[in-house]
Amino acid sequence: MIVELGHFALVLAFAVAVYQTVVPLYGAMRGSSRLMNVAAPAAAVQFVLVMIAFAALTWAYLTSDFSVVNVWANSHTAKPLLYKITGVWSNHEGSMLLWVLILALFGMAIAIFSGNLPQSLKARVLGVQGSISVAFLLYITTVSNPFERIPPDRVPMQGRGINPLLQDPALAFHPPLLYAGYVGFSVAFSFALAALMEGKVDAAWARWVRPWTLAAWMFLTAGIALGSWWAYYELGWGGWWFWDPVENASLMPWLAGVALLHSAIVVEKRNALKIWTILLAIIAFSLSLIGTFLVRSGVLSSVHAFAVDPERGVFILMILLFFIGGSFLLYAARAGSLKTGGLFAPVSREGALVVNNLLMSAAAAAVFIGTLFPLVYEAVTGGGKITVGAPYFNFTFGILMIPLLVLIPVGPMLSWKRADLMVALKRLWVAAAVSVVVVPLIIVMAKGSILAALGIAIGIWIIAGSLEEMAQRIKLFRCPLGTSLRRLWNMPGQALGMTLAHAGMGFVMLGIVVSSTWKEEVITSLKPGEAVQIAGYEVKFLDERQDTGPDYVAEQAHFDVLENGRKIATLYSEKRTFVARRGMPTTEVGLLHFFSGDLYVAIGDQDNRGRVVRIYFHPFIWLMWLGGLLMFLGGFVSLMDRRFRVGVPKTARDRLAAQPAE
Amino acid sequence: MTRKQQRTVLIISALAFLGVAVGLILYALRDTIVFFYTPSEVVEKHIQPGTRLRLGGLVEKGSIIKGDGGVIHFAITDTDKVMKVTFKGVLPDLFREGQGVVAEGVLNPDGTFRADTVLAKHDENYMPREVADALKKKGYWQHADDGAQQKEMTQ
Repeated sequence: MIVELGHFALVLAFAVAVYQTVVPLYGAMRGSSRLMNVAAPAAAVQFVLVMIAFAALTWAYLTSDFSVVNVWANSHTAKPLLYKITGVWSNHEGSMLLWVLILALFGMAIAIFSGNLPQSLKARVLGVQGSISVAFLLYITTVSNPFERIPPDRVPMQGRGINPLLQDPALAFHPPLLYAGYVGFSVAFSFALAALMEGKVDAAWARWVRPWTLAAWMFLTAGIALGSWWAYYELGWGGWWFWDPVENASLMPWLAGVALLHSAIVVEKRNALKIWTILLAIIAFSLSLIGTFLVRSGVLSSVHAFAVDPERGVFILMILLFFIGGSFLLYAARAGSLKTGGLFAPVSREGALVVNNLLMSAAAAAVFIGTLFPLVYEAVTGGGKITVGAPYFNFTFGILMIPLLVLIPVGPMLSWKRADLMVALKRLWVAAAVSVVVVPLIIVMAKGSILAALGIAIGIWIIAGSLEEMAQRIKLFRCPLGTSLRRLWNMPGQALGMTLAHAGMGFVMLGIVVSSTWKEEVITSLKPGEAVQIAGYEVKFLDERQDTGPDYVAEQAHFDVLENGRKIATLYSEKRTFVARRGMPTTEVGLLHFFSGDLYVAIGDQDNRGRVVRIYFHPFIWLMWLGGLLMFLGGFVSLMDRRFRVGVPKTARDRLAAQPAE
Repeated sequence: MTRKQQRTVLIISALAFLGVAVGLILYALRDTIVFFYTPSEVVEKHIQPGTRLRLGGLVEKGSIIKGDGGVIHFAITDTDKVMKVTFKGVLPDLFREGQGVVAEGVLNPDGTFRADTVLAKHDENYMPREVADALKKKGYWQHADDGAQQKEMTQ
């Protein structure tokens, strides 16, 4: 009964979404206030209905109702509660429902938080937002129904269980975060299309769009970080990024999102780059849609691919073509009518943000071409199959990223309109000195390559440069410490957020370079009692025993970790076999975190000699996770800035800054 | 600078930048493409030893020989030709006889294949698309899709 209720709510939500699209958009065209005003309540009702549907499916999972095909195929009575809940989005149908739920949530959030938006803009934003819901609700109710039933006489006693790889805390929250990021860009997209329809983009528009973009970017950052952390410790391959199509699918909107965040600043502060910003907003969401399509259709061979359904892929492709094609048509027709704004010299804050945009979009394009090239090649040659490997991505992405990373600390030091590069560089002298000193130290003391030393220097340059900018902002050492601390406390959230996010990027860079340069790896097979030396530690294989979890049995290998002959820890690495999916064992990596890095032990099968083991030492890899966390925090702090809140009057300085300089 | 000049400078620099980026991409693509072949195609196309490629097919039944120190020998077949593969490392959890597999590595002069990566899958029902297509071409294709099972259940 509850399941049918959920299904019914979903169909109703579709009808409401159609209403939310058609009536306000028509109303905005006719200038009818009555018609435009239905947008906000419709968005709220749509969310409530989708929520009911989602709750109904969750209920079916919690009660292990195996008469629902989706629950039968992805759940099991023995599963811990957490994984019964996350089971809802561990599969195609459920995850698409989650997608629409988050979409509807963003729609309702716009309705609530944009009280001071001009009436027609708000109606159009919500109308466009509604149209995206229409497409995906249509998709769910027609070809991807999560509420499909099994006839009563055939209802199985037990379910088939979740894919064991997904039974993991990090992956439980990876999809919701990632989707919040993908779907969050729909808001920027809706704002962009609404602005094109209105024919007007101004500083106020950018100020409305930016918090939404920031929120989406923040969630996407967290989602990607969690995903690669999961790949790192769950897959047992010893890596965290493989340039796989599914990974690239999330990186592309992230890159476009970074570009959008930065270009929206220029629109807000200087009323320039408007047409470009609109285009970026469209591209960011288009890339999100493409990402969903790539992951869900299986057109590209991915190591992360789960069972996929090509027929559904065609449906998503149609949605994709409709929205991308439609928005670009609208863009082509209307972009010319937008007035261009303020002038600026090439060396200026605006100039630096333009360079950021160029490099970010070029990087996104490079990833896009590399990811989709195999598809094009196959189509052109009539079935020839190729893959574009990691070297391509490392090369193109690396070359584009290096100048970008070097410029990160310089940008915030430049003044608007026209700046003096030498003055900016002089303000960064501490950071410059520190990073220059590091290069010979790394080469001599740590025997790193020149490339590694340069990479580390760039990472330190970004971190030190960001801190130096902040130090000058709070007048550190130039006034009493108390005054400096008070200035720090009163620092605008956006400025502090920028410092955190930029420094986070520096930490990611450091983590990547250090962990890949000094990584150690041993693959061998061990008999009980034998040991392996790695990174100054001795890893001794003790024995194996059977272990049982709530819904799995495991072969557990025990290792002692010794330093200078003294035992410092015990490690366990497992191969788990789940009762529901016997055909699919999974690896649990044994991980030991030190300040100097992670000791990582994965076990394989038995061979002639003994147990195959793969032992890694990843030095200072925590720097990378810390960097991801800092970027997320930076987004959060920036979002808390009261200048983003509605209804706050502008200060005189803001008003001055918002004026186009002619 | 006037508005017009500024726009011209901006457009020209953007175009120049785009040109460089595209050149870079094409240059990088040329060297890093890895082709996918089945064992028969390796023979038919006279692939040179030392070439880096992806080899796909099924793990031949009874071909897995475990050596020492994590070395493993197995054979990949497309039901027509068979190719011996050597790999050192931890195999993916879902690696087993009769299953679809993709191995990336280098062709040895003696016609065997030295893999450095054996691609894993996240799902027992998933078959790498290249392998599925190659097997379909050979007229050998077992549909191990759980969608089919689901339909059975609902009929």
